[in-house]
Amino acid sequence: MSDTSSSQALKDFISETEEIIGTLNYDLVKLADAVETGDCDPDVLNGIFRGAHSIKGLAGMFGFDDLSSLSHAMENLLDGLRLGKVPFTQPLVDTLFSSLDVLIQLIDGKSNDENFTLDLVPILALIDQSAEGEASSAEDPLAGLDIDPGILNVLTEYEEHRLLENIRKGRAIHLLRMDFELSSFDQELAEITEQLKQQGEVVSTLPSAGEIGERIAFQILFGSELKRSDIELLLSRDDLDISTCGRADVEMEPEGFVLEEPDARPDTAMATLERLPAAVEEVDAGSSMRSISRTVRVDIDKLDLLMNIVGELVLSKSSISNIGDRIKASADKELATELAKATRILERRLHELQKGVMDVRMVPVGQLFDKMTRIVRRVSNEQGKKVDLDIRGADTELDKLIIEDVSDPLMHIIRNAIDHGLETPEERRQVGKPEKGHVQLWASQKGNHVVIEVHDDGRGIDTEGVRRKAVEKGLISEGQSLSEEEIYDLLFMAGFSTRDEVSDMSGRGVGMDVVKNNIAALSGMIEVKSTQGQGSSMIITLPITLAIIKALIVQVGDKTYAIPINSVLETLMIDADVIQTVEKREVIELRKSTVPLLRLNQVFGLDSEEEKTDEKRLFVAIVGLAEKRMGFVVDELLGQQDVVIKSLGKALSFVQGIAGAAELGNQKTILVLDVAGLMTEALRGESSLNV
Amino acid sequence: MTGYKVLVVEDSPTMRQLIVFALKRIRGFQIVEANDGVDGLKKLSAEKFDLILTDINMPIMDGLKLVSMVRNDPNYKETPIIVITTEGAIEDRERALALGANEYITKPIQTMKILETVKKLMSV
Repeated sequence: MSDTSSSQALKDFISETEEIIGTLNYDLVKLADAVETGDCDPDVLNGIFRGAHSIKGLAGMFGFDDLSSLSHAMENLLDGLRLGKVPFTQPLVDTLFSSLDVLIQLIDGKSNDENFTLDLVPILALIDQSAEGEASSAEDPLAGLDIDPGILNVLTEYEEHRLLENIRKGRAIHLLRMDFELSSFDQELAEITEQLKQQGEVVSTLPSAGEIGERIAFQILFGSELKRSDIELLLSRDDLDISTCGRADVEMEPEGFVLEEPDARPDTAMATLERLPAAVEEVDAGSSMRSISRTVRVDIDKLDLLMNIVGELVLSKSSISNIGDRIKASADKELATELAKATRILERRLHELQKGVMDVRMVPVGQLFDKMTRIVRRVSNEQGKKVDLDIRGADTELDKLIIEDVSDPLMHIIRNAIDHGLETPEERRQVGKPEKGHVQLWASQKGNHVVIEVHDDGRGIDTEGVRRKAVEKGLISEGQSLSEEEIYDLLFMAGFSTRDEVSDMSGRGVGMDVVKNNIAALSGMIEVKSTQGQGSSMIITLPITLAIIKALIVQVGDKTYAIPINSVLETLMIDADVIQTVEKREVIELRKSTVPLLRLNQVFGLDSEEEKTDEKRLFVAIVGLAEKRMGFVVDELLGQQDVVIKSLGKALSFVQGIAGAAELGNQKTILVLDVAGLMTEALRGESSLNV
Repeated sequence: MTGYKVLVVEDSPTMRQLIVFALKRIRGFQIVEANDGVDGLKKLSAEKFDLILTDINMPIMDGLKLVSMVRNDPNYKETPIIVITTEGAIEDRERALALGANEYITKPIQTMKILETVKKLMSV
């Protein structure tokens, strides 16, 4: 199994834990500063708790027992601390720092070698010892408090504890009710919380029960020494409704109270920042605090946004070129030449930018293959089959979005290969094959496409069985003779399943038709090859990226269409009389091979120039996908252009032969042809041509 | 196609990715992700979901609030909610169930466990 494939998940793990550790370290320093006063910011403490909690979750996920038990111990200790069950002391903070050191060493070690581990007994013992402090006396929880039980019910144990702490400190407990516009409630809420935190503690933020409509109401449980009127002044909102409970009541008036400007906070943050380097030096020399990985996590939506902007820029550039051409024709030649030069430079830079953004979106298929290795392991265990998975080309790169979308189909194909393809060890022995089945998962780049192949050395596809089944299901008629290829096509038809009992693994009601549709939605194609008794192969061909494509713009009737250039092999101008008819299909001879034609005006029901075609020269775009060739007959070739593909949206996604819409420089929207879909549709039932 | 819309609310991106990955094994699940309770609420208000999976311990607004909010919205009265909790956090888990969550899953999450739980609640 390839190393690169399993390392991606580990990389993700390292980069997330690293982020968490960064915050942990920062917050621990803050916590340490608060030991003297014994009064730490509950937000800081809770943040540290959550950090340990997250690492524990992740470690558990990845099966790192050592890391998991250490972070679990830390989490326990921190939980005790935040719930007031463990006293807040200097030794305790020291313990937390030591634990963090060990944590960093562990993660650092694992980033180089997954099996790296450390003796955790000493540190666990230390944590245990710290956790044994005498608990501070617990009061009767919230008994005498006049708070709506509906609110108390939704508080977490920790929030309950904070509430009590605030009461113990003699603060008033205010319940602030406000009502926000749905579109901006998150920002407004964040701003208000920030304001309130300057003056007390936000114990909990509770959405008000009721229908989520145009507006949404929130209640904030706020412990503070402020009076109700001060809060009203602070927030100055008309819709603010405050009810106050708790022991410290409206009477309490802090002497000489002035509303502080909220600049106090940045100060403390800066102070902490300055103290940070010192703390870093204290960390054991063995565990460096430098970043282990050099990756940045980016939301794919942000990349999409960038991509779209680049797309728009490319379109703007086209219109500038157009203007340049017009100036050249009409006016100042010199100016026109300069403009053309500037445009060319812009074009080159844009191209670089586009490529840069594209590159960022590219991820190795190894990420995907890694998921597959887990599937293989699990499915083979469940099926009692022995499987050897051979991965190649894990570093082949594909657009992140395509990787995401191809993951389900691929998973299904691999499950099928093991479940239906491979025989049981016993069966394999009987036919003289090694007990261990062999599944190959290969990726390679071919021009603008990436090919993912799944081969198995199992029993192969039983063509006769498939044919019989199709007859039973009424998909074909009894006497119909079918080529091998046509039989494989049956596998992808809706409602076809070769096993009577849908197997628990491959089944789940997902058919190969869904697999095929999903791949087609990515402008991809799937092919089947099989030799009975020796195994089968599924070959998926995908474009490297989807967002911006070069397209051949063609005219059919009065409509304009875009054909993705990566599937156009060449364009021809032919006389109508070179078209021959073979088995009722129009074909042309092209360098000794026969290429079937598809008249796009017929496909899209555009009759405009139909009558005239006989006396006219025709334009043909020869398209190819995998091994197949076909000629699309169009009225005009309008030229090449970059287009930004936009999805058609749900409502139109069923339209056959159309992959999406694209915008041309002149704000005109045109449709982009789904070459794979059109070809498959047209070639169905005519494999006798051997195209 | 089942065509169910599923909301996954979880603050850890890796964890979220793993949950989504598990859910994607069910055909026709359309999955939307949220980083925390507030984000989740925002997404819930934008479109209707058929299933909600939420972590409990999250910054800004935790899972308990989300569960309570969702349960009290007439549109989401019957929508199945699965909470994701830590093994030790029995107290919070019980509160979530009391507030109307249908099921819980404990971390570390296992794909099979997620699928089983989802299947228990939905016809998929």
